[in-house]
Amino acid sequence: MPLDLLLEPLGYDFMQRAFLVTITAAIVCGVLSCWLVLIGWSLMGDAVSHAVLPGVVIAYLLGTPFAVGALAFGLAAVALIFLVRSTSRVKEDAAIGVVFTTLFALGLVLISVVPSQTDLGHILFGNLLGVSAADLVQVLVLGAFTLVVLVLKRRDLTLYAFDPTHAHAIGLNPKALGALLLALLALTVVVALQAVGVVLVVAMVIIPGATAYLLTDRFARMLLISPTIAAGCAIVGIYASYYLDAASGGMVVLTMGVVFALVYLFAPRHGVIGRSLAAARRRRGAAAKPAEAERQPA
Amino acid sequence: MSGAATSARRPARPETRAALDVHGITVHYGDVLALDDVSLTLGRGTICGLIGMNGSGKSTLFKAIMGNVRPDRGSVSIAGMSPRQARRAGVVGYVPQSEEVDWSFPLSVHDVVMMGRYGFQGFTRRPRRADREAVAEALDRVELSDLADRRIGALSGGQRKRAFVARGLAQGAGLLLLDEPFAGVDRRSEATITDLLRELADGGATVLVSSHDLEALPRLADEAILLLRRVLLHGTPAEALQPEQLARAFGLDLATRRPTDGGD
Repeated sequence: MPLDLLLEPLGYDFMQRAFLVTITAAIVCGVLSCWLVLIGWSLMGDAVSHAVLPGVVIAYLLGTPFAVGALAFGLAAVALIFLVRSTSRVKEDAAIGVVFTTLFALGLVLISVVPSQTDLGHILFGNLLGVSAADLVQVLVLGAFTLVVLVLKRRDLTLYAFDPTHAHAIGLNPKALGALLLALLALTVVVALQAVGVVLVVAMVIIPGATAYLLTDRFARMLLISPTIAAGCAIVGIYASYYLDAASGGMVVLTMGVVFALVYLFAPRHGVIGRSLAAARRRRGAAAKPAEAERQPA
Repeated sequence: MSGAATSARRPARPETRAALDVHGITVHYGDVLALDDVSLTLGRGTICGLIGMNGSGKSTLFKAIMGNVRPDRGSVSIAGMSPRQARRAGVVGYVPQSEEVDWSFPLSVHDVVMMGRYGFQGFTRRPRRADREAVAEALDRVELSDLADRRIGALSGGQRKRAFVARGLAQGAGLLLLDEPFAGVDRRSEATITDLLRELADGGATVLVSSHDLEALPRLADEAILLLRRVLLHGTPAEALQPEQLARAFGLDLATRRPTDGGD
């Protein structure tokens, strides 16, 4: 019986495509999120995802694939943020705030004045159940490309995140690596757009990495744990949305949030409960053997 | 090694070329003058202490040597190469200040030391056998082999510094730049690092160390530079430690409220 429950949604083509799109997006987002979380680029993820909105509308008007317009505006947003930051006294977070909200507003205005079939709700919150075969191909191709580049350049990206000065000192180009990571972020946002929509993409590129970061001290393992969690949450979220008849994008992100909360509480070493237990143990140990505690490095 | 800052010696053979030749560098940050016509020459196998107060331009000098900051005037030559060539050749090793490093980053000591090898590796930086051996040897020399799998942030202050020195070792850097390596480091690790730098210098490496620790200077360094935007003195550690020289470098006439060059 339970097996039937799992198989039933897969009997529909649109559900198969929904699963494929979401799992692909989740894996790419999960891998990318490891670097975003460690560098502290969460706001950048938020910015790029919102800034693609006018691109999607324009692409629809011109009849080009939505990915083209979205990517163009994602990259333009990144370029504008760096331009404003580096040529004025405005700091980075303010530059990000100005650029992405303006582009997002442009998208809203375009949708309101352009007579079209574009449903604002679908762009903002995803339209998982309306994924066409052409959409699916776009997502799979872009997702595979992004993932391959991320995996091949993972060591350079990690070096960039950890110690850009050293990267520079050994003859690499940290600015180029940063630009590469931002371009990949723009691609990733495009991949995840259809699954969860503009507003919730940022969750996909942050929550899995943040969750994995609480579970391991090894970056290489983080790169496996994060996409695994993301894909698992995507699957659970879609089933939940199918049977509860609830918003699919929202359900996927909600699942990720719940998993993060569980890990935040119960992770063995970096969870809140685990840490306070360890602290209590240390206090007891210190009381019993004061000499032992002194040898602990700070 | 003669300590003259303005050495006019022009060695003929490449082997004897200065390991580091900084010539007339001036750097501004906006309107603020950070370095003013700084020149210095270091020979192979020397350890030079770079002494100056906060804001004296020590970090800017490091950045200029590494090519992170483009000087308004002047030039840098490393083992006869431009900074860019030297970086590509893996000659420049850098040990950052503690505050520059994110110690919560999920990397092991081994991972960090392996980053010294990236310049020699291919597109994906997949480590080869020679890389693994270089890392193992570097870890052995800084006595961190037992802690290779430990997270970098779980080490003590001195151990962290040794890990970054090991990264420079694995890289085979001929010019090692250390920014405040003894800040927050216990005495024993300081002695270990000092001995290690001496070994490296004996092996032909050139070491430039910025430091607040004046006491340790004679034991650490062959030469010393007092920096206050300009090179005030380039001589022996004993010369640099003379009270009137230190007073100039640290603006100790603050007591008289006389405005000095090094106001902040």
